[in-house]
Amino acid sequence: MIEINNVSKVYRMGDTELAALGGVSLTIADGEIVAFMGASGSGKSTLMNILGCLDVPTSGRYILNGEDVGTLSDDRLAEIRNTEIGFIFQTYNLLPRLTALANVELALMYGDSKNRRQRALDALERVGLGDRVRHRPTELSGGQQQRVGIARALVKSPGILLADEPTGNLDSRSGDEIMAILQELHQEGITVIIVTHETEIADHANRTITMRDGLVVADEAHAAVAATNGL
Amino acid sequence: MRPLDILRTAVWSLGSNKLRSGLTLLGIIIGVTAVIALMTIGRGVQQGITARIESQGANLLFVQPGSTTSGGLSGGQGSASSLTLEDALALVDPVFAPSVEAAASQITTNAQVVAGRANTNTQVIGVTPEYSAVRNAVIETGRFISPADIQGNAQVVVLSASVSEDLFGLLSPVGQTVRINGRRFAIVGVLEDNTVGFGQSNQVLVPVTTAYYRLASQRTAQGGVSVQSINVQAASQEVMGNAELEIATILRLRHRITGDDDFVISSQQGLIETLNETTTALVVFLGTVAGISLFVGGIGVMNIMLVSVTERTREIGIRKAIGAKRRDILFQFMTEAVILTISGGLIGLVLGLSFGPLLNGRAVIGNRPMETGFSLDIAIIALVVSGAIGLFSGIYPALRAARMHPIDALRYE
Repeated sequence: MIEINNVSKVYRMGDTELAALGGVSLTIADGEIVAFMGASGSGKSTLMNILGCLDVPTSGRYILNGEDVGTLSDDRLAEIRNTEIGFIFQTYNLLPRLTALANVELALMYGDSKNRRQRALDALERVGLGDRVRHRPTELSGGQQQRVGIARALVKSPGILLADEPTGNLDSRSGDEIMAILQELHQEGITVIIVTHETEIADHANRTITMRDGLVVADEAHAAVAATNGL
Repeated sequence: MRPLDILRTAVWSLGSNKLRSGLTLLGIIIGVTAVIALMTIGRGVQQGITARIESQGANLLFVQPGSTTSGGLSGGQGSASSLTLEDALALVDPVFAPSVEAAASQITTNAQVVAGRANTNTQVIGVTPEYSAVRNAVIETGRFISPADIQGNAQVVVLSASVSEDLFGLLSPVGQTVRINGRRFAIVGVLEDNTVGFGQSNQVLVPVTTAYYRLASQRTAQGGVSVQSINVQAASQEVMGNAELEIATILRLRHRITGDDDFVISSQQGLIETLNETTTALVVFLGTVAGISLFVGGIGVMNIMLVSVTERTREIGIRKAIGAKRRDILFQFMTEAVILTISGGLIGLVLGLSFGPLLNGRAVIGNRPMETGFSLDIAIIALVVSGAIGLFSGIYPALRAARMHPIDALRYE
């Protein structure tokens, strides 16, 4: 359960202050699949970072599963990122020198995790990369790299997946594959939050929140379009 | 993060940039090698000096007459003729001097020793049979000065190896004669070449009585044979102090002294200490120079770690995003720095130690064979110091990495 209440974020650059978020309030229930839309500079990435506990709001409150994130220590934030949230990045953000398997295992290295190898293999199997575990990112296609990214986000069984332009660097076919996986995960009860500027991607969600100039300008529920090319 | 994971991650990171890690390692290797090599060599020199001094006889005390004063002019230590042969005999007394093992009196003078056409100027030392044991004067061929020689003021001589070689070359001189101050002396023995001892190579030994009556011209008021010095060997290193007290007591009684002593007791220990201080100062100086190169190596490690942290900003961001805590990142970079310096320290240790066998037995300083000294503490110091350098040079880069904001790190291009 995500609740944010009048959250703002101000960046200070020398003497000038830049308000990236100007008082946003919203609630996302467990198991929702939500798309954040907006042009670049609309504040959607800033909001995403705050939701992902990578950043804390300048003012306002962010309650994640009953915990007030604004008051948490750095270590506790790291723990939340490790166990409760999975990130999927536009640029995949895999470590280039590690194999797919090692990249997924990386998430299990932080915090006390048993059975790492098997869990990482299972996660890769689940995104359809069971036969590619020994490959390095450079030996994989963009779509495959993103699937490694999803496996890494999944391996800790988080309640929330945050995907920042997950298909931004992919051709439409690979993009559809990725969206299919995300929808599948949503069906299994994981909260999925997607940041995008493409309407076709947002259509895969049940709810679209549109932002402009650091504020929410629209918040509408709709039926999700099924992915055209499932696994 | 488990320690094994931290270690594996650090090794992996270092291994993924082998050339850079290797070059950084080189700085530490050179520094540690220099420190180890200089420490072992310095210690070897020190042990060598101690060994040379001790080769003159172990646990030695030297008793010499005090100074004479005539007309207000002091003649300097040893100028008085207050010690006699009887004094030396009296010092070996199991009741009054249990700490004294043996006493050997000696008279030293310089003379021209002539054998046929060859001649050499050398120390002529009048000795008693005890001298052989007390001063480690070992006979190579022939025999040493005997009690009968002392009794009969015999004109016999024992040559040191180098004098024998100077006068007779490789031939054995035993049975031949030499002239000392014009007097004919029969050669009865040759000493073993004592390569570690110094001050013993160029000398000939004659009976102390012969030296007194035939070669020197000092006579005592009491009529006994006066000697220039008595070498006293204490029973062990521990009882040197007791021996000194016992000697002083006996001599005071014999000389009926109530005021100032007419003798001086000294030991090798002072000489060893002085020489040790000198070499220690030298080793410390050289060690400091080597330490500077090690310090520079440490700066190299810090430099590379800073570059590495900047280069891997994105990696740090990724690790933080997926749950790495500050201390995970801190430990990771610290471990990398410490692995670099400790492995550099290990390699430097091996290289530094390999200097020992290279130098051992060779004449590096003067013509004495070198013997380097190594002990475990040098190895431990080397490893602890290189580990400390790793911590010192790794802490700042690692803190910088740990304090990075995850978003800034992720956005870094």
